[in-house]
Amino acid sequence: MTTLLIAEHDNASIKDATNKTLTAAAALGADVHVLVAGENAKGAADAASKLAGVKKVLLADNAAYAHDLAEPLAALIVSLAPSYDAFVAPATSRFKNVMPRVAALLDVMQVSEIIKVVSPDTFERPIYAGNAIQTVKSKDAKKVITVRTSTFAAAGDGGSAPVESAAAAADPGLSSFVGEEVAKSDRPELTSAKIIVSGGRAMQSRENFAKYIEPLADKLGAGVGASRAAVDAGYAPNDWQVGQTGKVVAPELYVAIGISGAIQHLAGMKDSKVIVAINKDEDAPIFQVADYGLVADLYQAVPELTEALGKLGK
Amino acid sequence: MKVLVPVKRVVDYNVKVRVKSDGTGVELANVKMSMNPFDEIAVEEALRLKEAGKATEVVVVSIGPVQASETIRTGLAMGADRGILVKAEGNVEPLAVAKILKAVADAEKPGLIILGKQAIDDDSNQTGQMLAALLGWSQATFASKLEVEGSDFKVTREVDGGLQTVQLKGPAIVTTDLRLNEPRYASLPNIMKAKKKPIDDKNASDYGVDLTPHLEVLKTAEPPGRKGGVKVKDVAELVSKLKTEAGVL
Repeated sequence: MTTLLIAEHDNASIKDATNKTLTAAAALGADVHVLVAGENAKGAADAASKLAGVKKVLLADNAAYAHDLAEPLAALIVSLAPSYDAFVAPATSRFKNVMPRVAALLDVMQVSEIIKVVSPDTFERPIYAGNAIQTVKSKDAKKVITVRTSTFAAAGDGGSAPVESAAAAADPGLSSFVGEEVAKSDRPELTSAKIIVSGGRAMQSRENFAKYIEPLADKLGAGVGASRAAVDAGYAPNDWQVGQTGKVVAPELYVAIGISGAIQHLAGMKDSKVIVAINKDEDAPIFQVADYGLVADLYQAVPELTEALGKLGK
Repeated sequence: MKVLVPVKRVVDYNVKVRVKSDGTGVELANVKMSMNPFDEIAVEEALRLKEAGKATEVVVVSIGPVQASETIRTGLAMGADRGILVKAEGNVEPLAVAKILKAVADAEKPGLIILGKQAIDDDSNQTGQMLAALLGWSQATFASKLEVEGSDFKVTREVDGGLQTVQLKGPAIVTTDLRLNEPRYASLPNIMKAKKKPIDDKNASDYGVDLTPHLEVLKTAEPPGRKGGVKVKDVAELVSKLKTEAGVL
C-alpha cells in the first residue's frame, strides 16, 4: 500500500498546498511518495525530499511538464499507477484540470476536494457550495483524491527521502502551450496568506481597488481577494476571486470590504478564523458570518483603518 | 462543425438548500430546478460559434430524470437546434455521465464539446476532463476565451496564477468559466419555437453503461454553523478588538 502525492510547485520550491496535502495523504495510513513533474525542477524535488514522513520523491523532469498541460501529466501519472493505491493532489487549478483525466483513465471515480479523511476509504467533502457536507466511501481499488488545502494543517520538514528520476511518459501531443499572463506580485498568495483583504462590487472601479484595498492589504502584509461581482465587473483580475468557483481560503483574518456576502462567496471564506466586514448596508448577509461588523461607508472607514494600523506600527 | 453541449438539471443557484434531517441528502421536493449556470455559458458559447459561422449545428444533451427534458428545452429556447435526453434515475456519477457522453459523441461525431466546468450541486468538477480522457481528446478547462482555428482551438484558461492560453488539436473538450460570456435570455417567440424542436429519447441502458456508483454516500450533514459576532461602532473600536480580543494584529 503506497500513496502518491502529486506536488504543487514552481520548479524551484514546493508550494504550501503540497505541505497541506501531505497531511491529508499521510492520514490514509500508507507510505507516501511525492511526484514532482516539471522542467528543471530539481529544487522542488529536493524541497519535497525534506518533508516529514515522505519515503521517496520521484522527479519527472521534462519539457512536457513545463506548462501544466493535462494530457502529458495525466499520461505520466497513469504510467506510475501500477505501483500505487492512491493518488492525492491539492485542489489547485493544475490538479482540478488533470486528476479527473487520471481517474477516468483508471476507471475510478475521483473524490473531489476532501475536507477530512475519516478512514482510508471514507472522506468528507462539501457539496452545494459548502451548504452540506457529504461523507462518501470509495469502493474503487485505486483512489484518486483532490484535497481542499484550506482545511488541513501544513506538514513541516524533517525528512530526508531519496530523490529518484521517473521516466517521462509518451506525450499524447494533443495540446500545446501558447502563453500565459501571470500576475507578478510581492503579496502573499491567497491560498496561503495569513491575512486577506477582499473587495466587492461596492469598490466601483479598478482604481478604487488600488486606492483603498491594496494599501490596507500592504499595511497588513495581506493577500488581496475579490468577490465574483468585482471580478465580473473588471475591478479585479480573475485570480483574486474567492468563492465557490474561485479560491477557497481560510486565513487567520479575512477583511471583507463592500462585499454583500452571497452564499457563493461565503463558500470560499467562511472557514476563516476571524472575519471582519465593512459594509454600509447593515442587513448585508456578510454580517451573519462576521465576527466584527462595521456598518460604515467604506470610502471613509478603509482609509481610517489603514491609518490607524499605521499608528500601531503596522 | 457540430458542437455538442451537455447540460445538467440542478437546484437553482438562488435556492438555499436544506439538508434532510435524516441525513440522507438535501431536500429536493418542491425546489426550483434550473440549468446549471456553467452549462448555460456553454450553450451560449456554442450558439455564438454558430452565429459566427464557425459551427453548423448545436446539439444539447442531458442525462437525468425525465424532467431533464425541461433543461434541454431551455437550451433549445436559447437557440440550440436539437436535444438528446438520456434517461437515468438516481445519482449518476461524473464517471458514468462521461461514459454515456462518450457513447453519444461516438454517434454524433462533434468537432467540439463544451461543458460547464462544474455543476453547482455536487461541485465535482470532473465530467469534462473525464470525457476528454475517455475519448482520447485534448482538453481546456476553465475557459474564459475560445477561438476556432480551422479544426483546432485556441483557449484562454483561468488558472490560479492568472491566465494561460493553450492550443488544442480538434476534436476537443472545453469547459467554461464564468467570464467566457454572459448567457442570453430566451425570448418568448424562441420559447414557443423550441417546443417544436426535436428531442431524441434515450435510456442509459441503450449505451450499455453501468450506472452503479463507485462512491457510496454514507451521510449528508449540515456544515458546522458560524455565528455572527458583534457590530463595532467605529474604526477605533474595530482595531482595538482585533488587537486585544481576536489577537490577529
